[in-house]
Amino acid sequence: MSEIPAELRYASSHEWAKNDDGTVTVGITAHAQDAMGDLVYVELPEVGQVVAAGDEAGVVESVKAASDIYAPVSGEIVAINEALEDEPELVNNVPYEGGWLFKIAMSEESDLDNLLTADQYQAQIESE
Amino acid sequence: MVDFGGWDMPINYGSQIEEHHAVRQKAGVFDVSHMTVVEVTGSGARDYLRHLLANDVDRVAPGRALYSGMLNDRGGVIDDLIVYKRDNDYRLVVNCATRETDLAWMEQHAGGFAVDIRERADLAMLAIQGPEARDITAGLLDGARAEAVQTLKVFGFAEDGEWMIARTGYTGEDGVEIMLPGADAVALWNQLLAAGVAPTGLGARDTLRLEAGMNLYGNDMDDSITPWEANMGWTLVLNDRDFIGRQPLLNQQENGHAELVGLVLEGKGVLRAHQKVLMPNGEEGEITSGTFSPTLGKSIALARLPAGATGKVDVEIRNKRQPAQVVKAPFVRNGQAVYKAI
Repeated sequence: MSEIPAELRYASSHEWAKNDDGTVTVGITAHAQDAMGDLVYVELPEVGQVVAAGDEAGVVESVKAASDIYAPVSGEIVAINEALEDEPELVNNVPYEGGWLFKIAMSEESDLDNLLTADQYQAQIESE
Repeated sequence: MVDFGGWDMPINYGSQIEEHHAVRQKAGVFDVSHMTVVEVTGSGARDYLRHLLANDVDRVAPGRALYSGMLNDRGGVIDDLIVYKRDNDYRLVVNCATRETDLAWMEQHAGGFAVDIRERADLAMLAIQGPEARDITAGLLDGARAEAVQTLKVFGFAEDGEWMIARTGYTGEDGVEIMLPGADAVALWNQLLAAGVAPTGLGARDTLRLEAGMNLYGNDMDDSITPWEANMGWTLVLNDRDFIGRQPLLNQQENGHAELVGLVLEGKGVLRAHQKVLMPNGEEGEITSGTFSPTLGKSIALARLPAGATGKVDVEIRNKRQPAQVVKAPFVRNGQAVYKAI
């Protein structure tokens, strides 16, 4: 069973979100990276870009296929994980730590309430 | 696991990239029992295959294998296959996805020839590939089988009982492919894994064959594409033998045709099948197979481009143009980068 940290929130499209005083760090879940296989390329948004919850905000490509990444909350991109340019495998190896993708300065705190809890996300992937 | 022509097959057993590297650096084993094995016997077998196939079985001696296209009346590739030539008859290995079409086509054109066409669904097939593949495999076998693995020349094969051992493969590495009864295959598989050979899935099979510049039926060619357009011109023997599809090939040779070439991405992203290729002169082509090459650390592809394409082209990836270099495939042979810009 893939790890699903209890303190994070989840999008049904398999992103995780971690809120630190209004700055939300976003990555993809251990389950998602496992399903995709070895990642070889990550395309990230630009710092300063404004996104709405549900917008496409990047692409991760494994040897098998490309998958879109969606912003789980609305706001402005304030940081991207530049280490992924040379080491996309960080997403496979440490999806909840060094494999984070980008950070959003959240404009609507209520967006978080629309995301899944760890238990709800667990239930979703069990039903897939 | 995925459904592959009615067979449950693994994309990968663990990490696809590690499986790929295992084949390039040591040895990996593929269960390719889904491949369709067909025996062509009878006094008319030679004449029949010289009519059916675009390559000429007379080109090789018994004990040798030959790669060929089987074409329709328009010169389109119905399938690509390997023929193993014995003293008096032939064995063919064709693709699983095209099994029914192939068998029907073969039966349809057997009229007038004294041949018997029989599928061998009882046989399994293991491909053991990599620089150490033959040493490790020979160490697990005895007598004639071990000797065959050690001494066969490239594209040679030998038989011992129900085993056929061939020094062929789909990876660009040294190795053997063994057709054998199903029960024997399970035992050999387990012995190979115990000897440190990596079980390797369909995912690595695809990245390895693409690095080796080898076509995948259904991606790089199909029944609307001729061998000329699929970098298979080297398999054509256009002598006076009247094989199916010959005249359209002669016409196309005279009039010109698109070509299948290699691409190495210099921009960002990953090349994938069906991406559009834009040439400096405004002409367009299309990627037929693309991936990330684990050996080269770059994205590579096969692409069908207008005749004479060379130099730099752009590939449209998610609505952005990314530069790529046209190259002559293969990309990798025996673990080393070998491609050249053209």
